[in-house]
Amino acid sequence: MSGLKVIQPGILSLIQDAGRYGFHNIGITTGGALDSHSFQWANQLCGNSDSATCIEILVGGLVLEAQISTQIAITGAEVAVTINGQPADTWCNHRVQAGDRIAIGYASAGCRAYLAVAGGIEAPLVFGSASTVVRESLGGLSGDGKPLQQGDTLPCQANSGTVQQLAPQQQRPVFTDGVTEVRMVLGYQHHQFSASQLDLFFDSIYTISQNSNRMGYRLEGPAIVPPQTAMLSEGICLGAVQLPADGQPIILLNDHQTIGGYPKLGSVLSVDINKLAQLMPGRTLRFQPIAIEQAQIILRKSRT
Amino acid sequence: MSNYPRLVIASENSVIIYFSDKPCATTSSQITHMVATLKNDLGDQLIDLVPSYASLLLIYNPLVTDYQQVEQQIHSALDCWQPQAQTQTARHIELPVYYSDESGPDLQRIADRNGLSIEQVITAHQQTEYIAYAIGFAPGFAYLGELDSRIATPRLATPRHRVPRGAVAIADRQTAVYPAPSPGGWNLIGLCPTRLFDANQQPNSLIQAGDKVRFKAISRERFIQLGGSQTDLAEKL
Repeated sequence: MSGLKVIQPGILSLIQDAGRYGFHNIGITTGGALDSHSFQWANQLCGNSDSATCIEILVGGLVLEAQISTQIAITGAEVAVTINGQPADTWCNHRVQAGDRIAIGYASAGCRAYLAVAGGIEAPLVFGSASTVVRESLGGLSGDGKPLQQGDTLPCQANSGTVQQLAPQQQRPVFTDGVTEVRMVLGYQHHQFSASQLDLFFDSIYTISQNSNRMGYRLEGPAIVPPQTAMLSEGICLGAVQLPADGQPIILLNDHQTIGGYPKLGSVLSVDINKLAQLMPGRTLRFQPIAIEQAQIILRKSRT
Repeated sequence: MSNYPRLVIASENSVIIYFSDKPCATTSSQITHMVATLKNDLGDQLIDLVPSYASLLLIYNPLVTDYQQVEQQIHSALDCWQPQAQTQTARHIELPVYYSDESGPDLQRIADRNGLSIEQVITAHQQTEYIAYAIGFAPGFAYLGELDSRIATPRLATPRHRVPRGAVAIADRQTAVYPAPSPGGWNLIGLCPTRLFDANQQPNSLIQAGDKVRFKAISRERFIQLGGSQTDLAEKL
């Protein structure tokens, strides 16, 4: 089957959709696009359903050759895109013809770009999803968790749509050099942390460590003393902020382990995980507590 | 007054229920009951359930329900739990194990450390019917407890880079079978030829949280007959 051929895979390019749900009880994590906002927009611009299968491009360097006539759209990080050497805008759709070469440059702001193709990439569904989780050897083009490789063909159908689509400016992420505010709902073991440690946590600025990936972002900054009580391993949810013995927080992201035994302070809002997904190691953030009722209002607003 | 069960917010769309401060058969069957009841009661509002030692994490769809409503549904599910009526429902699974030096390179060290013979370690491992307290770490990896204290052994200081599929292992007062090759820090005592996880077969995970699991010693020949890998035996673990 023809579609888009991988000429260069770039740093790390992964097949992703909205993720794998309903299998945490047998130890299978969610996976899925880390910046779900940009992912959904890439699909919308191609006339796809919000959850059609896309490519998540870490930093850049992906080069594809179209084998069919179709439409593509690139969203997410600020990357220079060319089609046959001609600059092409992000956050809008483009027609490509068989033989066209699509090159994604390296991100100048943000770090994850999403490339959607009309009709979506036809990757096999494993546990209901095509999302690549390298650690679990699940998902991706062959269902075995491999990132894109040179020579792969991403199967997709030809498409003749010509309607031009453009994402409104206010829907595109704003990349700044400052400290990113990350909102979280207090939960889990937060009541076991002392008031002074909670104050320190919310007053401090944390730096994203080099040792961060789709499983979790490790942070560096003032150490928070975790409660000393023994703890049984328990279910982990997206965005959970765990405090291991060294007191350096870890924000657990889409590829997180399903259970774990470190104390947790609560969880980051999903809309703010979209922002986190675009922060490179070395960038800084500050946490802000928010009530569950408020969090659910923000969440519902983001989906309408 | 008991502090349990206790509901605690986990995130914008999840809540965790704590049943007890230590795992036991009653807690485990209560969690199994809650998993079934909540699946039924919440239907499409439910996204995922994560049972563990003494807790259950419930992830819901906040676009169709909210925290208050889910909290009420959990309380009604808790109210209809009757300890006596539920204890007989667990599934029983028996797993064959080829225990030996070549399949369980840490047997001698476990025996020496605990002042036992290798035979006594192997016997003790088979004498308990374990409860699958949680599935995690990797797809289909079941944490089984509680291991006989006489053979309890801490994790390796340096984990192995590769533990073969089917490796039967112990760590502190827990035991488990590695469903796929992976790095691992548990002590290896044997190999099990049974497939524990298969993405292409139903059920995907042989063991589910709440199941009762026993181990039964088999010979080298039987291990091969049941599909065990000669390569894993030849490999220096």
